[in-house]
Amino acid sequence: MVERHIGLSIFCHVVLLIGAAAVCMPLYFAFVAGSLTVGEVQQVPFPLVPGSHFVENTVLAWNEGQFSRLYVNSLIVTIGIVTGKLAVSLIAGFAVTYFRFPFRMTAFWLIFISLMLPVEVRIIPTYEAVADAGGPLRALFDAIGLTGFIADRTGYRLDAALQWNMINSYGGLILPLIASASATFLFRQFFLTVPDELCEAAKLDGAGPLKFFWDVLLPLSRANIAALSIILFLYGWNQYLWPLLFTTEKAMATAMIGLKDLIPVADAQPAWNIAMAASFFVMAPPALVILLMQRWFTKGLVDSSK
Amino acid sequence: MPASNAIMIDREGAATRPRFPLRRSLGSLVRSSEAGLKASHFRRPWLAGGLVAPQLLILLFFFFIPTWKALSLAFVQVDPFGGTMIFVGLDNFTTLFSSPEYRDSAILTLWFTVVQCIATLVVAGLLAFATDNVMRGRAIYKGVILLPYAIAPAISGVLWAFLFNPTVGPLAQMLHELGFAWDPNRRPFDALLLVSVAAIWKHVCYDYIFLVAAFLAVPPSVMEAAAIDGARPVRRFLTVTLPMAAPTIFFLIVMNFVYGLFETFGIIDTVTRGGPAGSTNTLVYKVYQDGFRQLDLGSSAAQSVILMAIAVLFTFLQFRAVERKVNYQV
Repeated sequence: MVERHIGLSIFCHVVLLIGAAAVCMPLYFAFVAGSLTVGEVQQVPFPLVPGSHFVENTVLAWNEGQFSRLYVNSLIVTIGIVTGKLAVSLIAGFAVTYFRFPFRMTAFWLIFISLMLPVEVRIIPTYEAVADAGGPLRALFDAIGLTGFIADRTGYRLDAALQWNMINSYGGLILPLIASASATFLFRQFFLTVPDELCEAAKLDGAGPLKFFWDVLLPLSRANIAALSIILFLYGWNQYLWPLLFTTEKAMATAMIGLKDLIPVADAQPAWNIAMAASFFVMAPPALVILLMQRWFTKGLVDSSK
Repeated sequence: MPASNAIMIDREGAATRPRFPLRRSLGSLVRSSEAGLKASHFRRPWLAGGLVAPQLLILLFFFFIPTWKALSLAFVQVDPFGGTMIFVGLDNFTTLFSSPEYRDSAILTLWFTVVQCIATLVVAGLLAFATDNVMRGRAIYKGVILLPYAIAPAISGVLWAFLFNPTVGPLAQMLHELGFAWDPNRRPFDALLLVSVAAIWKHVCYDYIFLVAAFLAVPPSVMEAAAIDGARPVRRFLTVTLPMAAPTIFFLIVMNFVYGLFETFGIIDTVTRGGPAGSTNTLVYKVYQDGFRQLDLGSSAAQSVILMAIAVLFTFLQFRAVERKVNYQV
């Protein structure tokens, strides 16, 4: 700030207050709605002060939507996405920056291309890929004649063994979301900025690649890993389209889908109080992460879009 | 769709010379294969292969094969029961482009995306400008304005669907009292407006983070010089801060388009489900509708291919944006 203007300062505070109010307003009304009874929710005009049924509605929504199960599913899927993507990208980033091997650039470009197409544009074929993950392998073994060969010799039906249906499984919810290379690039970028002397020193001390990775690179990447974990946590928890397609059984759905099922439809009783109470516990984990780790979150966001 | 500026700032690996004469003769090919390799590196091909294998396998099964299938499905006609498959060339595309529904969907997607992009940027710009000019309470304002980033598009949709629900929604009631016949379940324009508001509310925080950082990065010396020349804060903002933040703004325009095109599925599905009368049936939502509800796989695949082309275009724009961001840095 160069100089102070009282008028400008007041104007700016007003703008920010309006902005903050616009952010909070839907949340406040959701809270009010979540604390009323079904009858009270339908009053005109809508009450401006909360009622006294919030806890009651929350408990009701939790039981009605089987959230004990859905919450666990959401946690498993989110943690699976975060750890899976971090692990896969860390080692892949390490390999393409620290190793000379044949087809290194091919591997690099194959990973690079995957940045171009977001999952949303290849919904249906990915659905098929998950519904029949063994399909490509079956086709391959058929083509090279391995299926027939094994069936002739041992009677073992290879094609029957390769029927993997990943619908309604954690694998089906997690793996397609890990299939993007953004994190690999983030780590690759970071590894390129690590001084070469560190690797030289590690080599002189007789450390192999894995020891160097584990004892030098990983500790150095701690900040990036933390920042990226937060972004991935939000990404995983807030997934909507995948769980919607891949879980046809209620028991395998995520909390987000459970919330969607609570939205009143046209003809049913308008139980918005239940839906709104539920929306709070569904958005609580990512909201807490953002509030408690704002610094890491901002770093992660700015880094991951570089 | 986060990406990296990997390509632009690669270290030239030319420093490590190729060891074998044969390789040297391969010239540029060999040099390019050194790009992005650390000067001090390991030579354990099998280990390296093992390390990239998980990533490549996941990409093969859940990226390359599905993408290939989408591309090939776009040129065939499949009956919904999965029986026969006939090669039809570009028929799926010509049917698509001549269908008024698809054209309507494309136009409304463009309208929605452009409105969402501009409104988000303007609101975020105003808030970032204000944040730049206050001393007290900055952290609190920031914390509150960032909050919607944690909220899933689907939840944002649920919240706004409730607020503007024509029978119980508090804001809809206010509109009714003011004399507006608000009803997103029947009036197409109301539905589109509602979806846009939910999308903007959810996305302002993203632009805001980047703009606050960009405004903060303007060197104080430049601002002081402008102040000495007699430029008042608003003028300084328009003639100094905004031009210096131009690369960030370009980057955000691209990211807003990507968000509007691909990431608003959850909002549309929870608020309107594409209705009424297809008035919020954006291109991405239509792929889902046609493929999963109507089981018209050929048309849906052709639509996917068009979206892929758009996505590739935006990825390139995004790289351009990042490149410029690097070049402008003072």
